[in-house]
Amino acid sequence: MTAGNAAGNRAGHNARQIDGPPGDQIAVRRSGRRGSWILLTLWLAPLIFLGAFYFYPLAGILSASFARREGNLLSPFLAALTSTSVRSIFAFTVYQAVLSTLLTLLIGLPGAYLIARYDFPGKALLRALTGVPFVLPTLVVGAAFTALLGPAGWINQALMRLFHLSQPPIDFMYTLAAILLAHIFYNTTIVLRMVGDFWSHLDPRLGQAAEMLGATPMQVLRKVTLPLLAPAVAAAALLVFIFDFTSFGVILVLGGPRFATLEVEIYNQTVSLFNLPLAAVLALIQLFFTLLLTIVYTRLAARVTRPLSLRPQRFTLRRLTTIRQRLLAAAYIGLLVLLLVAPLIALAARSVTRVESSTRLPPGQSDQGITGATAQRGGFTLDYYRELNINRRQSLFFTPPATAIGISLLYASATVLMSLALGIPAAWALARSETSWANRAMDPLLMLPLGTSAVTLGLGFIITLSHPPLNMIGSPWLVPLAHTLVAFPFVVRSLTPALRSIRPRLRQAAAVLGANPLRVFRSIDLPLAGRAVLVAATFAFTISLGEFGATAVLARPEYPTVPVAIYRLLGQPGALNYGQALALSTILMAVAMTSMLVIERMRIADVGEF
Amino acid sequence: MLNVSDIFKSFEQKQALAGVSFEVHAGEILAVLGPSGCGKSTLLSIIAGLEEADHGEVAWDGVSLSGIPPYRRGFGLMFQDFALFPHLNVFDNVAFGLRMQHLPIEEIPAQVREALELAGLPGFELRDVNTLSGGEQQRVALARALAPRPRLLMLDEPLGALDRNLRERLVLDLRDILRRSRQTAIYVTHDQEEAFTLADRLVVMNAGKIEQIGTPEQIYGRPASLFAARFLGFTNLIPGRALSIQPAAAVVETAIGRLYVPLSENSLQPGQAVTVLLRPDGVQPGNDNSGQLQGTLTEAVFRGNITRATVLIQGVSLVFDFHSHWVLPAIGQAIHLSFDPAQALQLFNEISP
Repeated sequence: MTAGNAAGNRAGHNARQIDGPPGDQIAVRRSGRRGSWILLTLWLAPLIFLGAFYFYPLAGILSASFARREGNLLSPFLAALTSTSVRSIFAFTVYQAVLSTLLTLLIGLPGAYLIARYDFPGKALLRALTGVPFVLPTLVVGAAFTALLGPAGWINQALMRLFHLSQPPIDFMYTLAAILLAHIFYNTTIVLRMVGDFWSHLDPRLGQAAEMLGATPMQVLRKVTLPLLAPAVAAAALLVFIFDFTSFGVILVLGGPRFATLEVEIYNQTVSLFNLPLAAVLALIQLFFTLLLTIVYTRLAARVTRPLSLRPQRFTLRRLTTIRQRLLAAAYIGLLVLLLVAPLIALAARSVTRVESSTRLPPGQSDQGITGATAQRGGFTLDYYRELNINRRQSLFFTPPATAIGISLLYASATVLMSLALGIPAAWALARSETSWANRAMDPLLMLPLGTSAVTLGLGFIITLSHPPLNMIGSPWLVPLAHTLVAFPFVVRSLTPALRSIRPRLRQAAAVLGANPLRVFRSIDLPLAGRAVLVAATFAFTISLGEFGATAVLARPEYPTVPVAIYRLLGQPGALNYGQALALSTILMAVAMTSMLVIERMRIADVGEF
Repeated sequence: MLNVSDIFKSFEQKQALAGVSFEVHAGEILAVLGPSGCGKSTLLSIIAGLEEADHGEVAWDGVSLSGIPPYRRGFGLMFQDFALFPHLNVFDNVAFGLRMQHLPIEEIPAQVREALELAGLPGFELRDVNTLSGGEQQRVALARALAPRPRLLMLDEPLGALDRNLRERLVLDLRDILRRSRQTAIYVTHDQEEAFTLADRLVVMNAGKIEQIGTPEQIYGRPASLFAARFLGFTNLIPGRALSIQPAAAVVETAIGRLYVPLSENSLQPGQAVTVLLRPDGVQPGNDNSGQLQGTLTEAVFRGNITRATVLIQGVSLVFDFHSHWVLPAIGQAIHLSFDPAQALQLFNEISP
């Protein structure tokens, strides 16, 4: 889902480009034939990278899916699609995605309206807060919800104590509700940002004009506002749907053995059952589906840029005036904050609270080890954090969880370097011209990795990079390469508008005002591009830290990343392991939130919003 | 008939309207003229019901409109940048208000056609509004506002977004259309020429207050305040000091000499600081009249019917519009001017801040 979230950021940003600086005429004019060749040179490294680590693994998946060749080319797919188990997995995947999307829209749209049309105290804080799920790793979210609503979570514990129950009254773990709630947690922010942002720039005078023509507020909504918002709503809904459709970590932790999406099944077939051909077939089915949706999404995103007289936000904002407005807004904001913040606070609090006794069921095949736990709470403790450094099992293969932090940081740094090295020339090329054929050909290629699930990428690596010509199995570079693939499109998307905003005219203006070329670079290019590079680097870093899908498939037992270590700890019995999982999750959450703060501070208003 | 009485409105700490009252009679075109930020758009929003006044009342035919939402007031409003619905074509834009009135469906096309013909866009029904030129959009917006036959049409700088040439052409069309449909209208603008061309009466506004109400002739002929005079484009405003006060005139000491200013009423104190307006069209070369001035011609710009001349008098640069048939001395030469004080001079007992 981290991949998905990266895509979310980018997509949200895409919708925002509508208010970005218009393409500069000088920049456009520059796109001659010669210009296209320069662009192609810039594209060279990214092309080689995508070829070796995206298209080649994808081709591997394709050929693996034909490995059990019994009939024609399509027979493995037909076999998979006619098998009842695959069909029910597919049906469930679509079902939960549709349900999650509808619920997310239901919660997100009123918020989009509130943020778009009203100014209220704490709005900036709310905006920053809703950005937090963007960067939270799925496993942290899974752990957070268990800390709030799981059998050993705060709410069940409180209810048990209050009513003297012997069993946790709320059966939350491994239910559809758990999955839906986590998906809402993740994706509400997409609706808030994409729709809210579009809405906030929609000229309120269109609605006023309709009112002056006799339309009641309901008629204004139905006949003017919603039709104009439709592309933004549809694009947000599609994006949310794609994320829910390829959801992995959330389903693994909160869905348990009872629920599997295609993504989880690909993972199971790859890692547990080692049935690569079936995994490949499932991956292709999923890829086909998500690419189809991605294409529809891009079309819709392009339609969002229909010629609307969009207005700067400051002209469209009003204040909450009546008591009724204020109460409604307060209730909604309260609900949103509860949904977004309660699990995170529960997580942090639970990670420093001692659990004295606990009984657990014997761990099942994919039991996460938290079923049926009954526990009484003790006081404050930092034991779980201390434990992270201790290898209790004296096992060679078991690395203390603290090691995972070092590994994660190392991988994240490598990801930042690689994705910047590839992303900067690509963004530069894109920023140089919007009309060149080279860019028009390359732009959709960037979309492809975004439409590909992380587990599928991992599977592709396993299939193709385990033998010549590119034998990399066992290489420590495998995981950062996968992370780079996930982060790369996003790095490009966050750099391009900033580079594009450095219009030649700005440099000319500086030069005319007496700045020499060095001074121009220092005063114009560096401040504008430098911050964008920092933002892109922070995103790459955060994506790598939280990435779970591809890492789960690729990580070697002795080199676990933090999410992998969390997943392992959640899968082991005992309060100590659970506490350590929450402690690690809390650390990861803190890092992710700090990154978000950096991003919020560093981004240049109206240049690169995400 | 619209009655606006004693409207106050402030945003945060800023006073936007401070006691505005006027009325609009049936079939009348009233122009509200003022610089940007004088509160004229806020005034429209309050009349439309889009904003609520802090104090004061808007009434139609004696019935208060307070508490009545915009969509039940039966007024039309045309926005500066037109606010055409981008997702609807021309027909659906113009038909929008008719549909809101639940007009029988079969009557709508005829009414839309009529409105478009009135606005000068026959046959534009199926065009995409996003592909129209600025002038065409303006006409669609006008047709849309006229189609439901509002009892009052408000136009908020409807030509402001257009370039000068187009504006000059459209303002005449607009006047023709409004007059032909006998539309009661309020026309908000910062352009006095537009206001003079269109309006039966004018309201001159400044800083949330009304400076003057009257016909274009009254206002141009006798601006009620220094602000009004300056806003109407008068530049020959000469500061001075009242010397002797007579029942129907005052002698004012100014930099260009003593001026004898006839007054209809006289509330001046001797020694009071005043400003004298010397109308640019009230002065002619020669010495036929009682008012006499001596100066140096520094510039003469031929403008067809008139020649705009700049004359330096006692170190003060003044501008005059002479009929072009006058023969002027060469630039840099002395020029003798004369004027009829009753027509060329006006006294304001205020000085520019």
